[in-house]
Amino acid sequence: MSPATGYAGVPRWVAAIAVVGALFVLLPLAAMVMRVNWGGFVGLVTSESSVSALLLSLRTSLAATVLCIVLGVPMALVLARSTFRGQKVLRSLVLLPLVLPPVVGGIALLYTFGRRGLIGQSLDALGISIAFSTTAVILAQTFVALPFLVLSLEGALRTVGTRYEAVGATLGAGPTTVLRRITLPLVLPALVSGSVLSFARALGEFGATLTFAGSLQGTTRTLPLEIYLQRETSPDTAVALSLVLVVVAVVVVGIAHQAGSTKYLRGAL
Amino acid sequence: MTFAFDARLAGRGFAVALSVAPGETVAVLGPNGAGKSTLLGLTAGLLRADQGRAVLDDTVLFDTDGGAFTPPHQRGVSLLAQEPLLFPHLTVEENVAFGPRSAGASRQSARSTARHWLAEVEALELADRRPAQLSGGQAQRIAVARALASDPRLLLLDEPMAALDVSVAPALRRMLRRVLVGRSVVIVTHDILDAFTLADRVVVLDAGRIVEQGPTREVLERPRNAFTAGLAALNLLVGVRSERGIRLADGSEIFGASTLQAGSPAAAAVRPSAVRVSPDEPVSGNRIRGEVLDLEPRGDLVRVRSALISADVAPALAADLDLVPGAAVWFGFDAAELAIYAA
Repeated sequence: MSPATGYAGVPRWVAAIAVVGALFVLLPLAAMVMRVNWGGFVGLVTSESSVSALLLSLRTSLAATVLCIVLGVPMALVLARSTFRGQKVLRSLVLLPLVLPPVVGGIALLYTFGRRGLIGQSLDALGISIAFSTTAVILAQTFVALPFLVLSLEGALRTVGTRYEAVGATLGAGPTTVLRRITLPLVLPALVSGSVLSFARALGEFGATLTFAGSLQGTTRTLPLEIYLQRETSPDTAVALSLVLVVVAVVVVGIAHQAGSTKYLRGAL
Repeated sequence: MTFAFDARLAGRGFAVALSVAPGETVAVLGPNGAGKSTLLGLTAGLLRADQGRAVLDDTVLFDTDGGAFTPPHQRGVSLLAQEPLLFPHLTVEENVAFGPRSAGASRQSARSTARHWLAEVEALELADRRPAQLSGGQAQRIAVARALASDPRLLLLDEPMAALDVSVAPALRRMLRRVLVGRSVVIVTHDILDAFTLADRVVVLDAGRIVEQGPTREVLERPRNAFTAGLAALNLLVGVRSERGIRLADGSEIFGASTLQAGSPAAAAVRPSAVRVSPDEPVSGNRIRGEVLDLEPRGDLVRVRSALISADVAPALAADLDLVPGAAVWFGFDAAELAIYAA
């Protein structure tokens, strides 16, 4: 961060521990890459079950991201812009899926949308069955990914503050116009990076999906589930598919990083 | 356009009633925390009054008795803050076109309105820039254009010159004087030059209350209140009109001409720059003995303050006289420098 000539002030032993930490993260990835069977890589990744899992993962993760945006933007706005009783408690509860074991999330979803669930019962009566369908995959992914979007967007909304919005209002813009033309463009970088993070979380979702949606090839067996299953029978396929997920994750982190540093905002905030 | 305002906000100790006539520019003067920004916030609809009522033409802005509250975007009140706050994601032209667009103007007509006001503030060549590419003075000029383009019935200016370089403030002040003609404006400032240049009338606020108001020159050149005199940087002496001048509370007499009837309450003002400081009693002219309270550098002069009167002297003189707090000196000035008027 600091220029080469500036005083850094990091003790050597701290730097040494930091190197160990970085190795701890990078070494397993390297170990995995070293195990990739490059000769059969293309064949393994393009097998029918692999492609079907990959496409399902991309489809459901995109749908979950859209759902996160639709639900998360209003949630972040309400949390950042209004004050009401129990707001702090609500914020903590909304962020719960971040720390909850995904399996627990899956069980909770099952008792909500499952055939005997809180809402599932009524839906079942209408002939709609959600559990163990592709919809269930999307719901499970949305459940675990939503806090990422809400958290990053709420932070950005607080940082931007309400001053631009107040100016917009005194210039004659109603609340919806202010939201559309001022607030959302101002937090667009956070919205993009939050969405990308949600997408990444959805793509990697395993526990809640397995519990709530099961593992049916082409319907609910996403890439992480496929990797877990292949690990038993074909370790080479599991490693190859893992590498695909790693590459997607790296790309996603890169995009989120780029979006977080949009030029015009630097002078404004 | 007539604006009538009367509101109280207990949390901030604010209780102010004022009105603005059509086409009138009213300057609100006062120190930090006097309630100037509260006044603007209440008028623009960004704050809510505990009690009170404000009417702009036939629109009730708020009325705590009836529970009426017009949201900011429906008030026709535009607020220009200390900082320009141009929308960073829009170009200069889009910023200025924001108001007309919000009012429902077509893209084409909003654009031509924007260009008209950009030309008016001499910033047409900046139309395609982003706010991050502007200097502070340019940005504030565009903020003025943006506020005017929304065609407000009442324009509020919150210390528009305060955040600018001293070198660009005069140009903006001149521009404001030109574009504010015929508009109803409330301008908050702590700079009396703004008041003299822009305002028809001034309202002096202190601690959430109006302490003095009236036509600009009358209030600022003939203050009746120590606080206003301080803002106008004048020495204010209060007493009773005597045969040859004004008799102060301590019984001493200061000489000066006035048409005021002897015996009536009077105030007298003298500029600190017209006051001399000497260790010995002056042989002629008005003189007041005082103890130096403090010395404050002001540009190329030093303001020497005593309880009753202040003087601006050259730094070299202050050093020669060994002026330090606690020193007893004489303050002298000519009778011709004194303005005496009814208190």
